[in-house]
Amino acid sequence: MPDIVIASGKGGTGKTTVSTNLATLLAERASVVLVDLDVEEPNSGLFIKGATEKFREVRNKMIPEWKADACTGCGICQKVCSFHAIVKLGKDIMIFPELCHSCFACSELCPADALPMQPIRMGETTLSQLGSLTFVESRLDIGQEQAVPLIAQTKAMVAHELRDTRYRIYDAPPGTSCPVIEASKNADVVILVTEPTPFGLNDLGLAVDTMRKLGKPIAVVINRSGIGNDAVEDYCHTEGIAVLAKLPNDRRAAELYSRGECIYTELPAFRTELEKIAAFVRSLPQGGRP
Amino acid sequence: MKEIVVISGKGGTGKTSITASFSALAAGDLVAADCDVDAADMHLLLKPDMALAEDFYSGETAVIDPDACIACGRCYEACHFGAIHSAEGFYAVDPLSCEGCGYCARTCPTEAITNHPGKAGVWYSSTTRLAFTMIHAALGIGSENSGKLVAHVKKQARAAALAQGKPYVLVDGSPGIGCPVVSSLSGADYVVLVTEPTVSGVHDLKRVYELVKKFNIPAGCIINKADINTAIAATIRDFLELEHIDQLGELPYDENVTRAMVAGLTIVEHDTGALRETLQDAWKRVRLHVDSSTQK
Repeated sequence: MPDIVIASGKGGTGKTTVSTNLATLLAERASVVLVDLDVEEPNSGLFIKGATEKFREVRNKMIPEWKADACTGCGICQKVCSFHAIVKLGKDIMIFPELCHSCFACSELCPADALPMQPIRMGETTLSQLGSLTFVESRLDIGQEQAVPLIAQTKAMVAHELRDTRYRIYDAPPGTSCPVIEASKNADVVILVTEPTPFGLNDLGLAVDTMRKLGKPIAVVINRSGIGNDAVEDYCHTEGIAVLAKLPNDRRAAELYSRGECIYTELPAFRTELEKIAAFVRSLPQGGRP
Repeated sequence: MKEIVVISGKGGTGKTSITASFSALAAGDLVAADCDVDAADMHLLLKPDMALAEDFYSGETAVIDPDACIACGRCYEACHFGAIHSAEGFYAVDPLSCEGCGYCARTCPTEAITNHPGKAGVWYSSTTRLAFTMIHAALGIGSENSGKLVAHVKKQARAAALAQGKPYVLVDGSPGIGCPVVSSLSGADYVVLVTEPTVSGVHDLKRVYELVKKFNIPAGCIINKADINTAIAATIRDFLELEHIDQLGELPYDENVTRAMVAGLTIVEHDTGALRETLQDAWKRVRLHVDSSTQK
């Protein structure tokens, strides 16, 4: 049951396009779960139409709650917090939930047990079903700054509940910082989607460096192939990275995308390339890495 | 001095191409800041000289001294991030999972754990090929604290603008709604939202605008690739009107935007026709809104 993460350095290169079309295509013949881990701006659900919602769960993070009666005013909590999320003001303890990283240090090191950890909402997860495709989406509440805990909880839920699904596809957030690391660190393989432009090349290089640091096997998909230059292909060749497919640059693909529609069922040239990605995914060993 | 931040929610809508174009149109009047620190691209168009480069340290990472470790496992019990694992009879820290909270060091009976300041990345103060100052940065591979690096880049850009007497700081933001975006919005005077008429573009625009509203910052919007879906473009216009967001202009789906990027130029340098005119007009409107808010 390989875990396949679809990532990119640059945003808007086609992660969601590849994830949703690939998951739909694979689900024609096998059980698939598509997991949207771009929790800040989850979009995959806009392309999975007609799915039936099976459940919706609130996701919490843990923050300390001050029990004034139990507090001895020793101030250890403030001293042990590396994130300035807990401050002693006179006799009062103030907690700033948005700064709290849920490390539990203040709570567990409090000698008076005056700071029990309590759940507060950070977002929600929905699971829906469309034939043999299971779709999982997590959505960060607006104003919450930390995507990592929600991504971690979503992955844990999928690993636990959807163990037996034949393919697990994860749509990762853009960039190369902590949310992407969290989304990718348990992957068996990472497929990087890029476009053949200077921005695409620059950000692909950053993403490749990140995935190599994580020790992940990588492969590249070039989207909007034909629009820019050959520098991305040259780079992949030099770096010894397989280019799985080159999805054609086509205004009709952009129009289908704009409406939230499936592309491969409408554009045969797109389907031919997508089949190459599917063949790669089908060739992955059931238990692990290529 | 006014700070203008360009964001989009969704990635790839054209933020950087538009920000770079604005900077080319107002080269004498601004300092630019690239706050998309984990996938920065504006330097590819503006060719900054990186005259000053400085390491930026933020946060800490725990390190266990194997000679002092007695393998009691207390650090392993304490860590809520799964960053400590046991290897060959002693414990070690996975720096990519470590949040730098320092809890493990506090529980260690032999003081085998120390916290080392983490290098979050490098920031640069540059002169671009268009002769204005640009502050930019490169987040270290796998680093955390992108929000703090964003705050640092903005602080340096504001200082440069004040020192040079420039009226504007123009900030290229990052996609999403998380910590780097929150950090780039903090202290901003005006937000330029770049969107596209796609189901995901409008979905992400609405989410990021919810965040902008929490900061109570006035905003304008540019619809890129406006002709790719005229029905959704119309719903975006309705949304802008309803929310009192300034309509700054609309660009068509035009491969000349990509050609400019491949040529290493901003759109307004590469294109002398309608694209350039629209962007000139949009920048004029941004200035008008920003300058009039000064008088309030």
